[in-house]
Amino acid sequence: MTHAITVTINGKPYAHQVEPRLLLIHYLRDVVGLTGPHIGCETSICGACTVMVDGKAVKACTMFAVQADGRQILTIEGLATDGRYDPVQEAFWNEHALQCGFCTPGMILAAKQLLERNPNPTEEEIRHGLEGNLCRCTGYQHIVNAVRAAAARMGG
Amino acid sequence: MATTITKTETFVGKRIRRKEDPRLITGTATYVDDIQMPGMHYAAILRSPHAAARILAIRTDAALRHPGVVAVFTGKDVEGIGPVPCGASLPGLRVPYHSVLARDRVYFVGHPVAVVVARDRYIARDALDWIEVDYEPLPAVADPEKALEPGAPAVHPEWPDNIAFTYHQEAGDVDKAFAEADVVVKQRIVSQRLIPTALETRGVVADWRSGEKSLTIYSSTQIPHLMRTLVAQALGLPENRLRVVAPEVGGGFGSKLNVYAEEILMGFVAMKIGKPIKWIESRRENFLCTIHGRGHVDYFEIAGKRDGTILGLKLKLIQDLGAYHQLLTPAIPTLSVLMMPGIYRFRNIRAEVIGVFTNCVPTDAYRGAGRPEATHGIERMVDMLAAEIGMDPAEIRFKNFVRPDEFPYATPTGLSYDTGNYATALEKAMEVAGYHQLREEQKKARQEGRLFGIGISTYGEICAFGPSPATPAGGWESATVRVEPTGKVTVLTGSSPHGQGQETTFAQLVCDELGVDIDDVVVQHGDTAMVPYGIGTFGSRATAVGGTAVYFALQALKEKIKKFGATLLDSDDVSFSGGVCICNKTGRTVSLAEIAAASYRAAKLPPGTEPGLVSTYFWEPPNFTFPFGAHIVVTEVDRETGAVEIKRYVAVDDCGKVINPLLVEGQVHGGVAQGLGQALYEQAVYDDNGQLVTGELMDYAIPKATMVPRIETDRTETPTPVNPLGIKGVGEAGTIACSPAVVNSVVDALSPLGVRHIDMPLVPEKLWRLIQKGGQA
Amino acid sequence: MIPQNFTYQAPKTLEEALALLADGTAKPLAGGMSLIPLMKLRLAAPERIVDLGRIPGLNYIREEDGKIRIGAMTTHYEIETSPLLRARCPLLATTAAHIGDMQVRNVGTIGGSLAHADPAADYPAALLALEAEVRLVRAGGERTLPIRDFFVDVFTTALEPGEIVREVVVPVEAPGTGTSYQKVAHPASGFAVVGIAARVRRGDGKIALARLGVTGLASKPFRADAAEKRLEGTDGAETDLRAAAAAVTEGVEANSDLYASAEYRAHLARVYAVRGLRSALQAA
Repeated sequence: MTHAITVTINGKPYAHQVEPRLLLIHYLRDVVGLTGPHIGCETSICGACTVMVDGKAVKACTMFAVQADGRQILTIEGLATDGRYDPVQEAFWNEHALQCGFCTPGMILAAKQLLERNPNPTEEEIRHGLEGNLCRCTGYQHIVNAVRAAAARMGG
Repeated sequence: MATTITKTETFVGKRIRRKEDPRLITGTATYVDDIQMPGMHYAAILRSPHAAARILAIRTDAALRHPGVVAVFTGKDVEGIGPVPCGASLPGLRVPYHSVLARDRVYFVGHPVAVVVARDRYIARDALDWIEVDYEPLPAVADPEKALEPGAPAVHPEWPDNIAFTYHQEAGDVDKAFAEADVVVKQRIVSQRLIPTALETRGVVADWRSGEKSLTIYSSTQIPHLMRTLVAQALGLPENRLRVVAPEVGGGFGSKLNVYAEEILMGFVAMKIGKPIKWIESRRENFLCTIHGRGHVDYFEIAGKRDGTILGLKLKLIQDLGAYHQLLTPAIPTLSVLMMPGIYRFRNIRAEVIGVFTNCVPTDAYRGAGRPEATHGIERMVDMLAAEIGMDPAEIRFKNFVRPDEFPYATPTGLSYDTGNYATALEKAMEVAGYHQLREEQKKARQEGRLFGIGISTYGEICAFGPSPATPAGGWESATVRVEPTGKVTVLTGSSPHGQGQETTFAQLVCDELGVDIDDVVVQHGDTAMVPYGIGTFGSRATAVGGTAVYFALQALKEKIKKFGATLLDSDDVSFSGGVCICNKTGRTVSLAEIAAASYRAAKLPPGTEPGLVSTYFWEPPNFTFPFGAHIVVTEVDRETGAVEIKRYVAVDDCGKVINPLLVEGQVHGGVAQGLGQALYEQAVYDDNGQLVTGELMDYAIPKATMVPRIETDRTETPTPVNPLGIKGVGEAGTIACSPAVVNSVVDALSPLGVRHIDMPLVPEKLWRLIQKGGQA
Repeated sequence: MIPQNFTYQAPKTLEEALALLADGTAKPLAGGMSLIPLMKLRLAAPERIVDLGRIPGLNYIREEDGKIRIGAMTTHYEIETSPLLRARCPLLATTAAHIGDMQVRNVGTIGGSLAHADPAADYPAALLALEAEVRLVRAGGERTLPIRDFFVDVFTTALEPGEIVREVVVPVEAPGTGTSYQKVAHPASGFAVVGIAARVRRGDGKIALARLGVTGLASKPFRADAAEKRLEGTDGAETDLRAAAAAVTEGVEANSDLYASAEYRAHLARVYAVRGLRSALQAA
C-alpha cells in the first residue's frame, strides 16, 4: 500500500504516492530528482545524505519519506538564494574544502547547522560538530578552515 | 585562502580556487548514481556468504515469478564473456580464471553468484532473498602465512601450495655486507590489509543502443580508456562500439583503478535486456568486493656499522593477494621492492617476494600501492638500527642520504632517481618542528613518567607513472588543446581526475601559455567518445604526465597561432604572448580570438598549414619522478589506556614545481589522513573462516574530523628534469610518509619500556598490553 | 541499504497508537536512529510500523514536584541543550552530547534509545546514576519502573508487547552534587566501548552520595553498587577513588570485541571510573 505525502522542498511543494519503506534519500534522489544529497553508507555513519528537515540537519538515508510528510526540506540544491552562494558554500570554494565533492553537500549542510547553533566555534567544536560527516579526501583541515572563514564572514 | 587573479597576472604557482567546485558545492554534479534514463532497470548482485564453497544448485524461479523481476543471470549464462582481466605479468605467474559470476565454486565472501534485474532498485534487492543457492562449504584460509603452511586449504585446487608467484631481486653483495656488519637488526613488519573506502562506492550504468549496435558504460572509474579496451575484449564487442564515461567520480584512491566483474556484467545485461541498467554498490559490497590495499607480511633484516652506515637490507615479502588477480594485483609488491632502498646510499639488497592466494577479496593498488609498505619498512628499520647503535634517528638519516651531487642516482633496484635534496627537506622539517627543543621536552616528559615520542620519516616515492616500457599498459598521456572559433579554449585530457583538480591546474597552464582568462578554459575528461585515448589518473601521474602533455600540445598550438598571426599581420616576424600576436616590426597586433576565427574561416591559410587551431600531443615520459620529503610527528601515549595523542604533525614535502599550492596542500592533508588511518585505526579483519569482520563503517574506522590533527605543511622545491614543467606529483606523498613517522614516534614514546617495534594499527589495547608487560610483546 | 516492506500507521493520538500496538505485532517507530539502520541491513523486518512521530504532547522537558519529566519523543539535541537540564540535571544533558553525531542527536529520541537497549548506548549510564524512573504505557494501563529494573539484557528491556516508553523522570540535583560522563567512543561506530556516569555529593567533608552508572562494559548497563558503597563515607581521596573504581568490574562479565577484549574493557572501565569520579568531585 502506498501513502500520499506532501512536502515542501527548497521552497517548492511536492505531492507523491510512496511506499512506506521508501527512504527519504531515495525519494529525493529518484522520485524528485534532487541528486545533490548522496549515499555513502547504509549505517547512518557517513552523512553524505544530510539534508535539513524543518531546519534540522538529518541523515536522509535514515528516515522514511512518509516521516517527512508535511515537512519543509532543504537540500544542497536549495541553499544558494537568488543565484548567490551561501557563505558556507563560498567558504568551501575559497578554502579548497573539497576534492572529489561526494561528501560536500552533506558536509556543507552540517556545517551550516553547526554555525546556526554556534556562530563562533573553536576548531575543536567544529571537528566535534562534523563527526557525523566522513570525508576521505581532504583530511578535514581545509573544511575546518572553511567553517572558520564562513563564521568570520557571517560575523560570528 | 585563494586569491583572485586579474588577466595580466600569471596563473601557475598561484592559489587559485577550483573551477570544478561550483557544481560540487551546489549538488549539481553528476555522479554515476545520478544518471537517470528512460526505461532504466536496476541490478542487484547475490554474493557468496562463504569464503570457500561448492555451488550445488541455484534456484531462481521464485525471484523470476515476481512481476517486477525481468531476469536473473547465473554463472552458466555468462560463460561466453569474461574473464575479469589481470593486466600485470610476471614470469611464471599463475592466473586463476576469474569468471564474472561464480561457476561451480566460490572463492571469497562476496563472490558474485547471480545478478537480478528488476524494474526498480527496491524489487531488485528483494529478489536477492528469493534466490536459493545450495552450497557445500569448504575449508578456507584467510591468513597468507597460514596459507603457506603444508596442508593448508587450497584456495584454487589446481595449486595446492597457494603460491601465485615468487619474485627475486638482488643487487650488490648482500652476504658480504651482512658479514661485515657490526649490527644486524631483524624485524617482522606487517602492513595490514586496508579498505580504500572512497566515499562514493562503485557503480555502473550500461546503455545498449541496438540500432547503432553501440554500448555506453558509465562507471565510477579512474581509467575510462583502459576500461574500454578491456571490457570490449571481455564482452567480445568491437572496441569502437563501446564508449566508456567516467562521470563525476567520488574518490578512488586506486580502488577504481581497475576493471571489475560488474562493468562487464552490466554491459552484458544491457545487451540482453535491451534497456539501460544501473548497478550501485552498497557500502557492504564495497567492503567485501572492491579491492583492498596493502596486505603484507615483511621479514626485514638491516645490516649496519656502529657509525651509522647502512650496509644492506634483506626482505622476505609475503603478499596476501586474495582469491584472484584484479587488474594489477601481482604487480603491487614489485613496486615495494623497487623502493626498498628508500633514499639511502647502501647498495646491497636482496628481496624475495611470495605472492599468496587467500580466500579473501583481492588486494591491489591503494593510495601509494606498494610504496607505503616499502617506506614503512625501510623507515622502521633505519629507526631500529639507530636505536640499536644509540644514534639519533635524524643523524642516521643525514649520514645515509643520497647526496645532492649524486643525481641522477642509479639505485640498486634499477631506478634512476631524478633529483633530490633530502637533507634540506629534513633540516626544514626539524626547523619547523623545533626538533632539538622537542628532544629537550621529551627528556623532561620522561622524567615525569610520560610516554612522549618524536618520530621521523624521510621518504622518497616513485611517481608520475611512468615510462611505458616499465608499465603494464603504457605510461604516456594524451592532451588536445583546441581554440574554438570564438577564442574559447577546450582542453581534452586523457587523465581522469576525480578530486585532484586538474580542471583547474591544466587551465592554469593554458592561461599562462595562451594569455586567456581562466573562465575561458574548459578541461574535459573521462569520456572515451570525446577525449583521445589516454591512460588515466593514478600513481601521482595526472599533473606530471598529463599536464606535460597539455604543455607540449600548447607549444605546438602556439606555433600554429603564430603562423596564422603572421598571415593576418602580413609579417614574417611575429611573437605571441598575453593573448595577442604582435608584429615585431610594426607593433600591430591581432588577438587570439581573431586568429581563431580566421583559422576556422580559412579564407587565407598560411602555407602548409591546416585550418583550425587544434593540437594533440601524446607525451611519453623518459623516466618516473621521485618526490621526497620529511615528516615529523610528536605523540604522547596515555599510560593508563594506551591511547595515542598526536601532538604535532609536521609535513615538509618536495613535489618539484607546484602549479597550485592550495591543491598541493589539500593532497598532502588527505594523504596524511589516510596514512594516519593505517597507522592508528584501520584494519580489514577476516576471521579464520574468511568472514570479513570489519564489514561496515560501523566496524571499520576511517578517520573522522576529530581523529585527524592539524597538519603543519611546508615545502622545499627541487624541480625534476624529467618534464619541462619540473613537476613531480603529490597525490600519494602524505600517505607514504605518514605511517612510519607515526609508528616511529609511538615506538620512541614507548622505548623507555624497551619497545622496539609495534605493528599497525596502533590501537589502544595493543599499546596498553605492551605497557602492562613492560614493553615485552 | 533497502528495507523490507511493511505496513505503516501514523496515529495522531497516544490512545490510538497504543490500540494499534496492543497486540504486540507492530514495532513502534520513534526517531528511527536504531531501527531504520537495522531494517536497511535486513537485521530487522517488522511487518507493521506504528510511527509515534505524529502524536503531539510526547516531546517536553519540564519540572514538576521537584522532578524533571522528559517526554519519550524528546530528542537528544533537545536534552543536550535544555536550559532546564543544564541547570538542574546537567548529567543527562552532557551525556546526550556524547550520543552519535549532530544529525543523529537531531532526530533520535530518549524513548527510542531506551527501548532499543543497545548495551553500548550512552543514556543508560546517566539514568542509572540519576536513579531515574521510566514511565511505561500500554493500552489500558501504565506503570513506572526504576530505571535499573528496565534493562534486562542485550537489546532486551522490561517492556511488554504493546507497551512503550512514555516518559523519563530524573531528579532535580541537590546543591553540591557533581556529575560527569566519561566515555571511550568506538572510533567507527561512536558507541561507548565503556561509558561511566558518575554522580557524587559531599556532606560534612565526606562523600555523602556516590552513584556510578556503567554502559558498554557488559550485556546490559548497570549500577556499580559495590563501588558506590566503597566510596560513600570516604574523604574522596585519590586512593578512595581507585578503591571504588576497582569494584566497578568485580563480578562483571565484560564484553569482548575486535576493538577491546574483556580484560581491556574492564580495565578501561576502572580507569574511566576514576576519571569520572575525579571530574564529578571537582564539579561538586
